[in-house]
Amino acid sequence: MTAEILLQTLASGVLIGLIYALVAIGLTMIFGVMDIVNFAHGEFLMLGMYASFWLFALFALDPLLTLPLTVLMLFAFGMLLYKLVIRRIIDAPMLSQIFTTFGLMILLRGVAQFLWKPDFRSIEGSWVSGSIKLAGLQLGRPQLVAGLGAIAVTALVHFFLTRTRLGAALEATAADKEAAQLMGIDSHRMFALAWGIGAACAGAAGVLLATFFPIFPEVGANFILLAFVVVNLGGFGSVTGAFWAGILVGVIEVMGGLLLGPPYKTAVVLVLFLAVLMFRPQGLMGKA
Amino acid sequence: MPHPQPRRSVLQALGATLFGLGFGSGARAQAAEVKIGVIYPLTGPAASTGAELKNALELAADIINNGAKSIADLPFAAGGGLPKLKGAKIKLVFADHQGNPQAGATEAERLITQEKVAALVGAYNSNVTATASQVAERYGVPFLNPESSSASLTARGFKWFFRTTPHDDLFVHNFFDFLKELEAKKNFKVGAIATFNENTLWGNETTKLQAKLAPEKGYALVKQVTYPAKSTQLTSEVQTLKAANPSLVMQSSYLGDALLSMKTYKELGFSPDMILANNAGFTDTEFIRTLGKDAEYVITREVWALDLATRNPLIKQVNDLFFARHKANFTGNSSRTFTGLMVLADAINRAASTEPEAIRKALAETDLRAENLIMPWKGVKFDATGQNTLGRGILVQIVDGKYNTVYPFNLATREVTWPMPKWDQRK
Repeated sequence: MTAEILLQTLASGVLIGLIYALVAIGLTMIFGVMDIVNFAHGEFLMLGMYASFWLFALFALDPLLTLPLTVLMLFAFGMLLYKLVIRRIIDAPMLSQIFTTFGLMILLRGVAQFLWKPDFRSIEGSWVSGSIKLAGLQLGRPQLVAGLGAIAVTALVHFFLTRTRLGAALEATAADKEAAQLMGIDSHRMFALAWGIGAACAGAAGVLLATFFPIFPEVGANFILLAFVVVNLGGFGSVTGAFWAGILVGVIEVMGGLLLGPPYKTAVVLVLFLAVLMFRPQGLMGKA
Repeated sequence: MPHPQPRRSVLQALGATLFGLGFGSGARAQAAEVKIGVIYPLTGPAASTGAELKNALELAADIINNGAKSIADLPFAAGGGLPKLKGAKIKLVFADHQGNPQAGATEAERLITQEKVAALVGAYNSNVTATASQVAERYGVPFLNPESSSASLTARGFKWFFRTTPHDDLFVHNFFDFLKELEAKKNFKVGAIATFNENTLWGNETTKLQAKLAPEKGYALVKQVTYPAKSTQLTSEVQTLKAANPSLVMQSSYLGDALLSMKTYKELGFSPDMILANNAGFTDTEFIRTLGKDAEYVITREVWALDLATRNPLIKQVNDLFFARHKANFTGNSSRTFTGLMVLADAINRAASTEPEAIRKALAETDLRAENLIMPWKGVKFDATGQNTLGRGILVQIVDGKYNTVYPFNLATREVTWPMPKWDQRK
């Protein structure tokens, strides 16, 4: 095994890890702010992919061009979902909450299959295709752009949370709902915002993926398990934690596959997941 | 305090049972319609294939019930249902197994006990066919399997199980026959082989046989790579393959992973001389549509190809009907499923009954000839295990966005292009 193959694999791991991170950030944010596990999160990703597919297929608009639009659409969809469904189960028992988001997952998949058929779609002839040689490494252009896009979106979310008043209010609600309410922060507004941003992040990941990953109603299932591992690894509710954990999971998955053999790649990730649960249940960067 | 509820529900149950019995026997006596249970993955990861198979079955049922006057050679083309059953119509009762063996068994049971179907057709995924046909065997209802190719399915000593498609063992033998004949014809030597497969029953079984046959036939097997069917990336797999540097990859993948692997080959610049694929994902309608030029030159085993129509006009005529409805051509999967229902209908018609035992007997006596089929088979005739002994596979190569038959050489419509050009030398 040459150094070139190792480096190449490492690079691929980082790039796919950035996508995992972006999916997980939305998930961790919803959980952090309101303690609800969103099982329908993979479906936000799916909707983001379909949105860019249809904008491309019907109006020949490149996914990268329509990224802001798709993100806005998913943001609105997340808010709407909160207002219509999630708001009613905030104080419900955890089991009801789980069933609600699980039900949403099945519903959204079903609707996607009904409206858009179960066919695999893909976006051919996007602005980004092919690959480039970079310092001896062969990197797929779509993957590279997706990775950079993921970094940009994460940075934006991070900036929003740490540098703006609204972001601070969101963080305050996450830290202590009652105290934040006493300070005059409308927690329902914050919850809706968290769902909006959460869905938008997954949507952005979907758009970035759409340039190189097949698009089909069940596509969320491929990513959601890894996203849960990432959220847990990074610490529930921690955006920076999810970012680094996403990269870590991507790298471990590909390196584990390369060094131990591909059949074990998922096993390696899940063993790590178990180890974190056992020895550091708050996650690598989570607060205890 | 009185408890009316239990009594009422007992009454309801009785009523339902009586109604069910009456309805069931009535339907059987006059046979105004023959109910056939159909189990396919209508949702879940293979839903796209499931939808295609459903379309094929509906076309077959429609031809049997309402006719297709222009196609004289096709059985039942006159329409008007099954002649020996007083023109009984075929009624398909669809069930969705989601690619889940457990769901397949449950749905088979429901179709048999509640829908009272005369026979079952299904179920595409080999592992689901295994469980669903087990239920049919237990209840003594004929199970016709048109397209699951796992060899073990007909090695179970079942009495009620019939399979029209050739199975994986035969297909894998075809691969090596092809390699030998190609080497003789073009006077060269195929180099080392690597196998690459998804890790469910089908992928593993096919690969096991490939790995066994390769050394026996005198080929070096340099690497075997197995990957989880729901992968988000195949980087480490392709790197491992690339490091082994095989000249031929024998691959077994379903659609999602087939697409992902092709994209990863290109991304990482992995260019073996040839990819020899086991249909499934590589012959799905979406494969060429999605990959476009990047799908070129792959050779895949197939059971059917549109260009066979140059030798059998029936193929084009039936395909035209399908295309008119769905704006898509038949595939190896849908053509086999279509044929499966035709074979079953032929048996039910000859049985002149919807009794399971009569249908089973008629199925066992099936003797259809090549000119009545849309398949490149020599016919349909089942052996004692329920396997059609007259089926055979073909190999097709994707050139100019089409599947071209390249093997057997006497059916070929095009010369094999070998090796496939490297990624960076393609236009």
